[in-house]
Amino acid sequence: MFKRFASLQWKSFFRSANFGKSLAVKILMGFFAVYMLVVLAASGAGIYFLLRKAVPDQSPMWTLSQYLIYWVLIELFLRYFMQKLPVMDIKPFLTTPVKKSSIAHYILGRSAASMYNLLSLFFFVPFCIVLLFEGYPVLNVLLWLVAIMAIVLSINYLNLLINKSDKALAVIGGIIVTSYALDYFGVFSIKDVFGPIFHGLYAYPITVLVPLVLAVFIYYINYKFLHDKIYLDASLKPKKVQANTNDLAWTKRFGDLGTFLQLDLKMIWRNKRTKSQVWISLLFVFYGLIFYTQEIYASMMPMKAFLGVFMTGIFLSNFGQFIPAWDSSYYSMMMSQNIPLRKYLESKALLISVSVVFMFLLTIPYVYFGWEALAINFGCALYNLGVNIPVILYFGSFNKKRIELDQSPFGNMQGTSANQFLIMVPVLIVPILIFSLFYYLFSVTVGVTVLCVLGLIGLVLKNTLMDKVTEQYRKKKYGMIAGFKEKNS
Amino acid sequence: MITVQNLTKKYGQQTVLNLDHLEIPRGQSFGLVGNNGAGKTTFFSLLLDLIQPSSGHIVNNGVQVNTSEEWKPFTSSFIDETFLIGYLTPEEYFYFIGDLRGQNKADVDALLGQFEDFFHGEILGQKKYLRDLSKGNQKKAGIVASFIGNPQVVILDEPFANLDPTTQIRLKGIIKDLAAKDNVTVLVSSHDLIHVTEVCERIVVLNKGEMVKDIKTSTETLKELEEFFAG
Repeated sequence: MFKRFASLQWKSFFRSANFGKSLAVKILMGFFAVYMLVVLAASGAGIYFLLRKAVPDQSPMWTLSQYLIYWVLIELFLRYFMQKLPVMDIKPFLTTPVKKSSIAHYILGRSAASMYNLLSLFFFVPFCIVLLFEGYPVLNVLLWLVAIMAIVLSINYLNLLINKSDKALAVIGGIIVTSYALDYFGVFSIKDVFGPIFHGLYAYPITVLVPLVLAVFIYYINYKFLHDKIYLDASLKPKKVQANTNDLAWTKRFGDLGTFLQLDLKMIWRNKRTKSQVWISLLFVFYGLIFYTQEIYASMMPMKAFLGVFMTGIFLSNFGQFIPAWDSSYYSMMMSQNIPLRKYLESKALLISVSVVFMFLLTIPYVYFGWEALAINFGCALYNLGVNIPVILYFGSFNKKRIELDQSPFGNMQGTSANQFLIMVPVLIVPILIFSLFYYLFSVTVGVTVLCVLGLIGLVLKNTLMDKVTEQYRKKKYGMIAGFKEKNS
Repeated sequence: MITVQNLTKKYGQQTVLNLDHLEIPRGQSFGLVGNNGAGKTTFFSLLLDLIQPSSGHIVNNGVQVNTSEEWKPFTSSFIDETFLIGYLTPEEYFYFIGDLRGQNKADVDALLGQFEDFFHGEILGQKKYLRDLSKGNQKKAGIVASFIGNPQVVILDEPFANLDPTTQIRLKGIIKDLAAKDNVTVLVSSHDLIHVTEVCERIVVLNKGEMVKDIKTSTETLKELEEFFAG
C-alpha cells in the first residue's frame, strides 16, 4: 500500500503544473536551490572554525549547544509560514478500500520526508563530519546527529499539531524576543539554562533516547488525532473564514477610481499571497541596515542608489510585476464588463505610488548614516514614482500566467515567467546606472538631481504614458484572457 | 438586435464555429443547444469579444463588437464561475458590478429585493466570501449580477446546470419575464432540452460549429430536438 502511495506522490510531483514551467525559470530556480544548499553545507562545515575563533576558551560544541534553543524556536516560528498540512490530497482515497490507519501513517510519513527537514540535515551533517575529523568521539557525534534529527522531526510534528494557529505563532514569536532580550541585557541567561541540556545530548550518548521518545510520542499524538479526523467535515475541510465586511467608504472620495481602489485593497487584504507581499515589503525597510552599517559600503554611492531604488520600490516591483495577473481568475469578466481600462490601471498606479511615498517616509531615519542616504533615497523615490510605475505597468501587459490568489506565497512561482526577470533591468538597473554615471562624472548632487528630474518629467507626462500603457493592454487583451484561463501554467 | 455575419473561428486547421448568418431580434429569448464541442461557449465568447473571430463579425445593437467597446454598457453576461471575484462577499460583488454599470447602492438593493425568493436566504447576509459558497449558490449570485444595470442583452451560459429544482423553476420564470415584459434579449445555452424549450421562443441547434436547426418553439419542438439528439 505504502509503495502505491509513494508512486502517486511521485507522479503528482512530476506531473504537477509547476513542473511544466518554462525551462529558463526552472534552471534559474534550480541554480538558486543548489546555491542555497551549498551555502548551508558550507556554513555547517565552517561554523566549527568560526565558533572556535569567536569563543576560543570553549569547545565549539558547547557554544553551539547554547544557541540550539534559539534554533528550535526560530525553526518552529518559520515553519508556521513555510509548511502546510498535507491532508487535502487524500480525499479520493476515502471511498476506496484503504485503511484509515495507513492513510494517516502515509500523511505523517510524507511530512517527515519534507524539504524543510532535509535542510537541517544539510547543515548538521557537514558539521558532524568536521567534528569527526577534529577527533571528537565517533559514537557521541553520530548519536548527537541522531538526536538532532529526532528534534527536527519533533519540530515537524509539533508544527502539524499547532496547525497554523495564529496564537501559537504569537506566543513563539514572543518567547523568542523575550528570551533573546533577557539574554542580551543579562537579566537572565536562557543560554546558560538550555546550553548544558543540549550539550548533554552530546556528552552522554544514552540521552539520545530522550528526543527519540519525544519524536515518537508527538508522532503518536498526531496519528491519534488524524486517525479520528479523516472525515470530509473534520480535518479535510479547508477552513472558511468569516467575511469581514468593511465598505471602505473613504475610497469613494477618489471618484471613479474608488471602485477599483476598493477592489484592489480588498484583494490585497483578503488573499494570502498579496497580504504577505505587503508584510515582506515592509520588512525590507530594514534591508538598508545591512549595508549602511558596514564600512566598505559607506563610500559606495552606487550601492546606496541600489538601496534607494530597492527599498522605496519594493512593493512596486513585488506587486507591480504581476499586474494584471492578480486579477487573472476573473479577468474575462473584467473584460466583458463595462470597465474603463484606464481607470483600472490608474487605480493600480495610485496604490503603488502610495506605497513608494510610504516606503520613502519609512527610510527617512537612514539620514543618521549621512545626508547622502536621504538625498539618494528621495531621488530614487521620485524616479520610482515618475518612471518606474509606467514602466512596470507597461511590462505587466506581457503577463499571461495565471495566479491563484489564495495560495501560499512562499516558494510560489505562479505567474512567473521570463518577463519577471527581464523587468529587473529597466526598473532596478537603469536608475542605478544613470545615477552612477552622473555621480562619477560630476557628484552625488548631480546624480540625485538627474534622478529627480527624470522622475518629474515622468510625472508631467503621466497622462501620455498612461494612454500608451492602456493602448498596450487593449492590444494584448485576447492573449491575456487565453493565458489566464490556463489553470496549469 | 444581434446580427452575425459570416462568423468563423478556427484553431489551426480546425473550424470550431462557422455561422453564415444569424439574426436575433430585440426582446427574443434565444436558446442555443448542442453537444459538447458544438461551439456554444465559443459563440458566446465571440459575442463578448473575449476571443477574436477568424473571419466575419457580430453586430450588437449597431455596434460591431470586435472593433468598438460601446456594446458593453447594455450587454451583460454570466459564463462561468470565473466571472465571480472570489474574495468578495456576494453583496460587495453586486455593488461592484453596480458601480461599473452606473447604479448606486440603493438601485442595486432595489434590484436584489426582487430576487429574495430566488436567493432562498442563502446568498445575502451570510458573511461568506463568494469562493466559499457552494457551486449552485455561486451560480445564483453570478446570474443575478448579470441583471444589474438594466441590460438590453443578457447572455447566460448553462444557467440551469448545478441549480436545485426550486431555483431552476424560478429562473425559468425570471428569464421569460425579462424577454416578455422588459423586452430584453436573452441568450441562453443549455444541455437540458426540456428547460430550453420551456424558456426560449427560438432554439438554434449547433453541431460541430455549424447551425443545423433553427426552430420557432412549439409543442412539437421538444420531440423534434430529442429525435435529433438521439441520432
